[in-house]
Amino acid sequence: MNSFLASVGLGPFLIVAAILFTIGIVGVFINRKNVISVLLAIELILLAVNINFVAFSAFQNNLMGQIFAMLVLTVAAAEMAVGLAILVVCFRNRGSINVEDISEMRG
Amino acid sequence: MLDIAAVFLPLLVAFVAGFAGKHIGNRATQIVACIAMLGAAVISIIVLRNVALHGTSETLVLGTWIESGALNVSWGIKIDALSAAMMAIVNVVSALVHVYAVGYMRGDKSIPRFFAYMGLFTFFMLALVTADNLLQMFFGWEGVGLCSYLLIGFWFERENANAAAIKAFLINRIGDIGFMLGVFGCFLIFDSVQFDVMFKKAPEVADLSFVFFGGAVPALTTVCLLLFIGAMGKSAQLGLHTWLPDAMEAPTPVSALIHAATMVAAGVFMIARLSPLFEYAPTARAVVAVVGALTALFGAAVVCTQFDIKRVLAWSTISQLGFMFFALGVSAYAAAMFHLMTHAIFKALLFLGAGSVIHALGGEQDMRKMGGLWRDQPITCACMGAGALALMGIGIDGVFGFAGFYSKDLILNSAIASREWFGVLAYVLGLAASFMTAFYAARLMIMTFYGAPQGERHAHESPWLMLGPLVVFALGAVFAGWTAEDFFGGAGRGAFWRDTLFALPEHDPIEAAQVLSCWVKLLPLVAALSGLSLAYGVYVRKRAPVTPAKAGVPFAFLLGKKTINGMPAFAGMTRGLYRLISNKLTFDEAYDFLFTRPTRRLGRFLWQTGDEKIIDGCGLDKGAALIMRLGRHSGTLQTGYVFHYAFVMALGIAGFVTWFWVRG
Repeated sequence: MNSFLASVGLGPFLIVAAILFTIGIVGVFINRKNVISVLLAIELILLAVNINFVAFSAFQNNLMGQIFAMLVLTVAAAEMAVGLAILVVCFRNRGSINVEDISEMRG
Repeated sequence: MLDIAAVFLPLLVAFVAGFAGKHIGNRATQIVACIAMLGAAVISIIVLRNVALHGTSETLVLGTWIESGALNVSWGIKIDALSAAMMAIVNVVSALVHVYAVGYMRGDKSIPRFFAYMGLFTFFMLALVTADNLLQMFFGWEGVGLCSYLLIGFWFERENANAAAIKAFLINRIGDIGFMLGVFGCFLIFDSVQFDVMFKKAPEVADLSFVFFGGAVPALTTVCLLLFIGAMGKSAQLGLHTWLPDAMEAPTPVSALIHAATMVAAGVFMIARLSPLFEYAPTARAVVAVVGALTALFGAAVVCTQFDIKRVLAWSTISQLGFMFFALGVSAYAAAMFHLMTHAIFKALLFLGAGSVIHALGGEQDMRKMGGLWRDQPITCACMGAGALALMGIGIDGVFGFAGFYSKDLILNSAIASREWFGVLAYVLGLAASFMTAFYAARLMIMTFYGAPQGERHAHESPWLMLGPLVVFALGAVFAGWTAEDFFGGAGRGAFWRDTLFALPEHDPIEAAQVLSCWVKLLPLVAALSGLSLAYGVYVRKRAPVTPAKAGVPFAFLLGKKTINGMPAFAGMTRGLYRLISNKLTFDEAYDFLFTRPTRRLGRFLWQTGDEKIIDGCGLDKGAALIMRLGRHSGTLQTGYVFHYAFVMALGIAGFVTWFWVRG
């Protein structure tokens, strides 16, 4: 572990990750506009998780976390691809990607 | 084997007509029905002949019905003199009526249905008369009731027919409750409903009593009275008679078969069959005699006020059944069965004749619109004349008489010879009734066939398919009493009935009737002849103008010589009586007021208040509304927005995590 990391410590990394996670969660819920921003918010949540993985990996001298981070990135990319595809189809069908317009399951 | 065929051929007819009738067509159905019924009639005559000649008495057990503890009931065919005689009566009348119905029902829409019901009825009637236990008898009893209901309502598009059918069914239900309680009581006393067992034990249990609400009631008398209530319902005795006149909504062959000859006589048969029980219950016999005598008189009085030809015959049937019942009451069982037989013949004849008249007049049943029909329908007129003479009971003792003469005189003589108070009462009322019987029988004939034709009409003689049975019945009405008198009610009756009809030897009224002085024996004939001549005087010579107010009360005419302003003085006096009788003593109105309307009111109360307001209003509907509201409200939780669901999920996860974290 290099001295820079040691001088900063684990705390700030976790704080940044927690902030990002919270922004992501809130982004999913508060957002009333379009689906793209929901997808972005989900991406933020995943990145926050990644930061946690990498940080713990570095501080514990265990490469497993970084391998997981790569896996998460891959899955995130795939998820984004699927999400965008759904979004395109959705737009084609109803001419809008407004989240509030998608409420067919209303009781 | 023969007896099985005689019982089950009608059932076969019912199945063929009911299930295959539509496919094989009307003609084939009628041919099958008539051939099978005639076959059954011939077979049952052979059976009767065997029983009469050899005195055989046997019980064929076809199978077990109920086996539960001491209760052991089987399906059986009991063949002895009583059931063989009934079988012959039922099957012969039924066969002839089937043939007649082919002609009468021509052009009807549902002929197979008619023959199916008739066949089914005959089967149930045979099951009733051949029963060897009370329960099978009850099976037949209910079966004939059902068929009676179906046939009264045969023309179901007529509202009156439906109402009459329901009325018949309901009033019979009252009687059936009595019958059922009687069966239960019998099982309680005898530990069996098998006739043989019951009859053997009857003398021992004569003094037994039930404890009922703390008081002791004589057991056998109670049971016999309960069974008599059943008989009253079926045989339309005073009190439960109101259904029979209404039952005339049925097609005329049905009236002849069911509501004159066979089913309504089932009550008489039942008591005759149970004679060993009734012999040990003198109180019950007194009730039977009094009810029978009152019915005989009341029925005969009402007939004199009726104008509908079928209702005339219906009330006459009620009256004649009354005769049979008071014969049973005074222990003259053989006389009752004899009269049952002759009455079946001459009343079926009268009904079929009335049907022929109605047929010729295109459905007209009002006697006031008939008259002079003898020119158009000489054969019908002659046959009905024979029936009317048989009904009046005209004949000379020891020479020759029409069918009703032998049986009715035997009943009346037995009643006076019984030397019981109810016997004497029955004799007096019966004598008055037979006077009126002769009057109304003559009135029926004169109003229908004599005089000037009333109104426009093109009457014609009926087809031979209808006249044939009429002629056969007419021969029966002339000769049946003469030929059957010896072994039904005369010297040979002991050898014929054997132990099937049981009268205690110390009071056998038929035996006592043999030694009556000839003046007493002549009285019924005198009553009949004076009734006849009164009718002649009133309706043919027109001594007194025939207005409704006077036609009805024949005995009042005896006083009617004095006139005030050209009106007979008694007219005012009798008008009230006439109105009362022509309203049938307002039985229908009274029942309507006492039972029908309160029941309807109770039903309406239970429906509108009990069911709709209390049960639905406070319970079911409230609960249903609550659940509806709950559903509607919880449905709004389902917003359809993805982010709401996601938010709840996140909250949930947070909640779980917190929970585990706090608990450690």
